Amino acid sequence: MIDRRLVDNFDWGLLFAMIALSLIGVLTIYSATRPVLDAAQKSFYMRQLYWIALSLVAFLILVSLDYKWFISNAYIVYAIGIILLVLVLVIGRKGMGAQRWINMGLFSFQPSEFFKIIFIITLSRYLTYHKDGAGPDLSMIIKMVVLFLIIPVVLILKQPDLGTALILFFIFISMVLAAGTKRKIILTVLIISLISLPFAGKFVWSGLKEYQKQRILTFIDPQADPQGVGYHINQSKVTIGSGGFSGKGYMEGTQGPYRFLPENHTDFIFSIFAEEWGFLGSLVLFFMYFFIIWRGFDTARKARDREGCFLALGITYMFSFYFFVNVGMTLGVMPVVGAPLPLMSYGGTALLSNFLALGILENVRMRRFALYY
Amino acid sequence: MEKRISVSLYIVSILFCIFIFRLFSLQILKGNEYKKIDEHNRIRVVDILAPRGIIYDRHGRALVKNVPSFDITAIKEDVHDDSDKLLAMSRFIGLKIDVLKTRLKGSAASPFENVILKQNVSFKDVAKVEAGKADFPGLQVNVVGGREYLHGHSASHLLGYLGSLGPRQSNKPEYKGVPKGSFIGLFGIERVHDMTLRGLAGKKILEVDALGRIINVVRIQRPVKGQDIQLTIDIDLQIEAEKSLKGKAGSIVAMDPETGAILALASSPTFNPNLFVRGIETRDWKRLIRDPRKPLLNRAIQSQYAPGSTFKIITAIAALEEGIVDRNTNVYCSGSTRFGRVFKCWKKQGHGSVDLQKALVESCDVYFYEVGKKIGIDVLSDYASGYGLGNLTDIRLDGEVAGIVPTRKWKMETKGDRWYKGETLNTVIGQGYLSVTSLQVASMMAAVVNGGKLYRPYLVTGSGSRVMDDRMKKIRPLHIKLLKKALLGVVEEKKGTGLLAKSDLVSIGGKTGTTQVIGGGLNEKDTPEKFRDHAWFVAFAPVDEPKIVVSVFVEHGGHGSSAAAPVAGRIIEAFYKSDMDG
Repeated sequence: MIDRRLVDNFDWGLLFAMIALSLIGVLTIYSATRPVLDAAQKSFYMRQLYWIALSLVAFLILVSLDYKWFISNAYIVYAIGIILLVLVLVIGRKGMGAQRWINMGLFSFQPSEFFKIIFIITLSRYLTYHKDGAGPDLSMIIKMVVLFLIIPVVLILKQPDLGTALILFFIFISMVLAAGTKRKIILTVLIISLISLPFAGKFVWSGLKEYQKQRILTFIDPQADPQGVGYHINQSKVTIGSGGFSGKGYMEGTQGPYRFLPENHTDFIFSIFAEEWGFLGSLVLFFMYFFIIWRGFDTARKARDREGCFLALGITYMFSFYFFVNVGMTLGVMPVVGAPLPLMSYGGTALLSNFLALGILENVRMRRFALYY
Repeated sequence: MEKRISVSLYIVSILFCIFIFRLFSLQILKGNEYKKIDEHNRIRVVDILAPRGIIYDRHGRALVKNVPSFDITAIKEDVHDDSDKLLAMSRFIGLKIDVLKTRLKGSAASPFENVILKQNVSFKDVAKVEAGKADFPGLQVNVVGGREYLHGHSASHLLGYLGSLGPRQSNKPEYKGVPKGSFIGLFGIERVHDMTLRGLAGKKILEVDALGRIINVVRIQRPVKGQDIQLTIDIDLQIEAEKSLKGKAGSIVAMDPETGAILALASSPTFNPNLFVRGIETRDWKRLIRDPRKPLLNRAIQSQYAPGSTFKIITAIAALEEGIVDRNTNVYCSGSTRFGRVFKCWKKQGHGSVDLQKALVESCDVYFYEVGKKIGIDVLSDYASGYGLGNLTDIRLDGEVAGIVPTRKWKMETKGDRWYKGETLNTVIGQGYLSVTSLQVASMMAAVVNGGKLYRPYLVTGSGSRVMDDRMKKIRPLHIKLLKKALLGVVEEKKGTGLLAKSDLVSIGGKTGTTQVIGGGLNEKDTPEKFRDHAWFVAFAPVDEPKIVVSVFVEHGGHGSSAAAPVAGRIIEAFYKSDMDG
């Protein structure tokens, strides 16, 4: 059973922020998809509510298990994750030019969404083995790259899912850096990367789909293609900008329902929120995200052991990455990579995956004093 | 490790600051700019054209009708520009793909502006586009104001025509608030009274979605219909006048001498204003412009000619009022007189003994030469301009010309020479430098028979009855009687030059005139048309209490007595018949 002290240490603020952001997400989805000509309200918001309920249950289950259990089973979980990634390429459902979904009859899910968490657990486990203060040495890094990075990244790029591949790469680098790798090693890796970048870049570039190339090119010059992808960025800026200081008011936004801004309830949900709630509302929203991220780093700092620390760090990095990539895209300061806004964007798998990740964070946080039983 | 976590937190904080700054820049610094773009996205302002006022004749019969006409238009921004879609669209509306492309590319100022693809389409096409436009975003049917001139060629110089408001006019203050593509009057009553007829365009402010579907009508500002205008002309009389001129070049003006109201103002040849309604075809325009008979010219007010013997009315008034002659003054006409050189009468063998009555009835030139020997040109000119000659009548139609009444000063200013007394002798019989319009001649006649009031001729009911000129030399009632009797004689007496105008219905008075085109007394029938004289006749009826004044001018018609007088008689009879009917 759950220890009383664990309940006492439970971070209600974190859970409150998560639930609040998810519900703000539902309200915004409701407004973004509200009908203007068609009679009926689309059911996106309802489905999102079901997913929140489901995710909450998953969150609670995950909190109740000691994170040590994940760490000790990390490699098994990793193996299962890899198998799922292979499976999705074999039996996966195709949609929108990519093969990302495995159909489970009642529902379908994206293995790559959950693999990010598996990836963090695996790295946390492996990184624990280096001596504190020294950080992982070059051979460790090479081993990690070969064993844990290249395989999933290649599999995920095959789907293709550039966003997830990028985030794995980013989580890897930031976790290794945080682990305290010596400057000399960082420099060496950097130099090697810089030298190999043109080749790798060429390889990656040729492996990209046409629409992905377009997105990167458009980020560099959005005006070049106002009706295409640049249209998204321009319309997103218009949507956010037209909110002004205090916003148009809830359910008063026009850019989404009138379809000037596509993908309005998924990737561009922040734009819709900013249109309706203005600069003030966006500041409050930013504060809530900052609160979760700050709690994440705080948890890493206070974790009772290195495993907990790495888990908390990895999750916080991932969460931050999604937030900055998504909001940066809507603000027109980052390329359009199709990353959802954590907790708010419509999409069940992503929501569940975020709740699971934050569940692990909560798990680490509430067990930070467990050494003193 | 602790240190690296702190570094991570710093980085995150810095990123948050950058994002907040970016948000500040988008929402606060550029907020208004983006609000405008946002409105531009979804707000469409559609003009609702105001129905144009109807023009009626004096009896309330409509002369024009508003008929809606339909254009297929597109909002460029909303049209998908991939070539398959464009091809499908071109097939759908029946427009060649390259024409469609150039029209779409055309010079619309804003991508949200309507571009006209096809004008004046049939009702069947309208129904088709309305039914299928969901498949072609941006495609629209626009209703535009069309105009039908119910009597075709009739009264075209009066009514004028419409044309679309061009970019040049739209900047002018008088067209402020008139939506682009509106039809505005470009000529005639349609132009002069455009402000009255035009009405006020309304606006529909719509909210549309990204596909151009109307979501919401924000506001409707109803158009205000243009005011109707009632003209003083009688369309039957107008048609009768035009019929009389058929095949000839000339003009007829009929006027109410008691008010100055124009009853008919015909110019021949005419044109069909219906050709102009939806933008005249280049072919039709060229034909009108190149026609040597100049159908667009309103000869009643835009052409000036020597008045010929009709001017003798003025000379007679001047002579009587100045005491140069009285009713008993006799002059012997031997066919010519000497004054420096020989001045011939039109009748070679002469009229014998001539008094004022006979001089007018038989249009004896010698009698008036004698007056000319005694009268000063400036005195004569004073009378002429007092009766409106040489001045704009201010009828308020396009391009009216003033004519010329020569004076010493005028001669010095324009010719740089002094006035020769012999030139006065040319002037008294209506030749020389004199030139007048047929409207002026009608207006002069009206002022003579109504006892000396020169009214401004007017076309729109309620805008007239203003006496023009107080410089006018008063004419004594006794002299009016004398003149009327003489002018009655012109039509009624056996030797009268206006005998062909005689009517059994009503007593008619008048005066013929012939304007020499080239010198010499060639036989009328042997002369090629373009060298033939112009024919004048100015008439009034009934003689006792005149209700109508008519001036007839036939270009190269030959003699006034044969070419113009019978026409005047017919018009007056037509007026009387309809007066008796109604």
